[in-house]
Amino acid sequence: MEVSYYPGCSIEGIAREYGESVAAVARILGIDLKELEDWTCCGAASAHATDDMLALALPARNLETADKAGLDMVVPCAACYSRLKHADKALRAGTKIEGVNGGYKGDFRIKHLVDFIWEEVGEKAILEKVSKPLSGLKAVCYYGCLITRPPRITDAVDADNPESMDNILKTLGAEVKNWSYKTDCCGAEHVLTMPEVAWKMIQKLFDMAEEAGADAIAVACPMCQSNLDTHQDEISAQAGKQYNVPIIYSTELMGLAFGAPEADKWFARHFVDPRPLLREKGLL
Amino acid sequence: MTVAKIPEKISPRPSLRRKIEDLSGQKIAACFQCEKCTNGCPVTFAMDVVPHRLMRMLQLGLLDEAIRSDTIWVCASCETCTTRCPNDIDIAHVMDALRQLSQREGIKVVQKNAPTFHAAFLASLRRHGRVHEPEMAVEYMLRSGGLSGLRKQAGTGMAMFKRGKIKLLPPRVRAGRQVKNIFKKVKR
Ligand code: SF4
Ligand code: SF4
Repeated sequence: MEVSYYPGCSIEGIAREYGESVAAVARILGIDLKELEDWTCCGAASAHATDDMLALALPARNLETADKAGLDMVVPCAACYSRLKHADKALRAGTKIEGVNGGYKGDFRIKHLVDFIWEEVGEKAILEKVSKPLSGLKAVCYYGCLITRPPRITDAVDADNPESMDNILKTLGAEVKNWSYKTDCCGAEHVLTMPEVAWKMIQKLFDMAEEAGADAIAVACPMCQSNLDTHQDEISAQAGKQYNVPIIYSTELMGLAFGAPEADKWFARHFVDPRPLLREKGLL
Repeated sequence: MTVAKIPEKISPRPSLRRKIEDLSGQKIAACFQCEKCTNGCPVTFAMDVVPHRLMRMLQLGLLDEAIRSDTIWVCASCETCTTRCPNDIDIAHVMDALRQLSQREGIKVVQKNAPTFHAAFLASLRRHGRVHEPEMAVEYMLRSGGLSGLRKQAGTGMAMFKRGKIKLLPPRVRAGRQVKNIFKKVKR
């Protein structure tokens, strides 16, 4: 199965283990990821806070390339996904965008990675590859804001209750807990600009995950992962309560269940090391 | 936190309401103050004006006050309000329009870290076609907190480095020129 792949800027940096685990899982599942040629940054929140046209033109130049390739495009980052979908909707509506020459066919779909894996690869193909089921691992799935919101842009069926990641983890054999915070906000760039505000938002997620009976939080976005994983010492100090919650990419969990030998290397890159929990559950 | 200054006596100024309606493309007059936006917002605890009140201010034409509020920078663009508004007002986009106006008019912002971050992010993106995270972070920290700000964050930077999360060389993208052109064209 061939698809265009838009990695996003974090994949080679703060989210390196995400990029590595995406590549491993794609290889195992037989997905041929064609990295979008010469892709450039989607502009993220900084572009839409600054100028409407900039916020469309930056992602749109990538869509022109994807349009020529004509393959469905898979995006592992929620923020990139959102900006690309915004520009795609605008192009389809005939909006004139700076730098785009026209003739957009739009004969391809843009999918967030977890939706793609669940909807296009599917349960049967995932199950076939599971060699080490994640039995006993209690987790909640955290999607963040932009995979589903706003549904007018993302085409999400249920903006408050996405299920693709939950379904994937269940197929891997994990014990997936239900909670109402699947699509709450991780604080985005506030971890840098207003850290105390962001920490409070993240603390709420930890408390709710704990209440749901989860030992770990599964994620599908570099910003969500980094925000939740990196600052647990500061969040603990601010809250007066110790947090030590492994924040694990959904693709790392797939790799683990598929028996990918590199998994250990991915986990070593985390701030809160998930390996003690995984060993305790007999999964490593 | 600042508290947005709301005059005691207000004479509505419909022309300013229309101005922000034009800039955001949103029918702000349609808001009937149901408070759904505020009730779903995850950051009201840090706002000086909660979202439905900001919408009311805009209806009355208190645009100058709105662009000086903390709220437009405290908003995390989570899109919950936009998703839930029964009148289909894209409130998150109204926030964008207010931020853009604030930056264009050179308003002195109390929550200045936010626009400083956006400037550092876009500078790195413009330079390379992609964002070079360590460069962006250092530039942001220097501009927002000076050397002491940078020193405070050095620990996190080192920890990232040890985990292989810092790519020292900036990205090289052939389409860099196209990205620079986009910036040139949209710059007002
Ligand atoms: S949800 Fe919409 S209608 Fe209700 S208060 Fe907010 S902006 Fe107004
Ligand atoms: S987009 Fe902003 S104002 Fe709307 S709910 Fe999210 S944080 Fe609150």
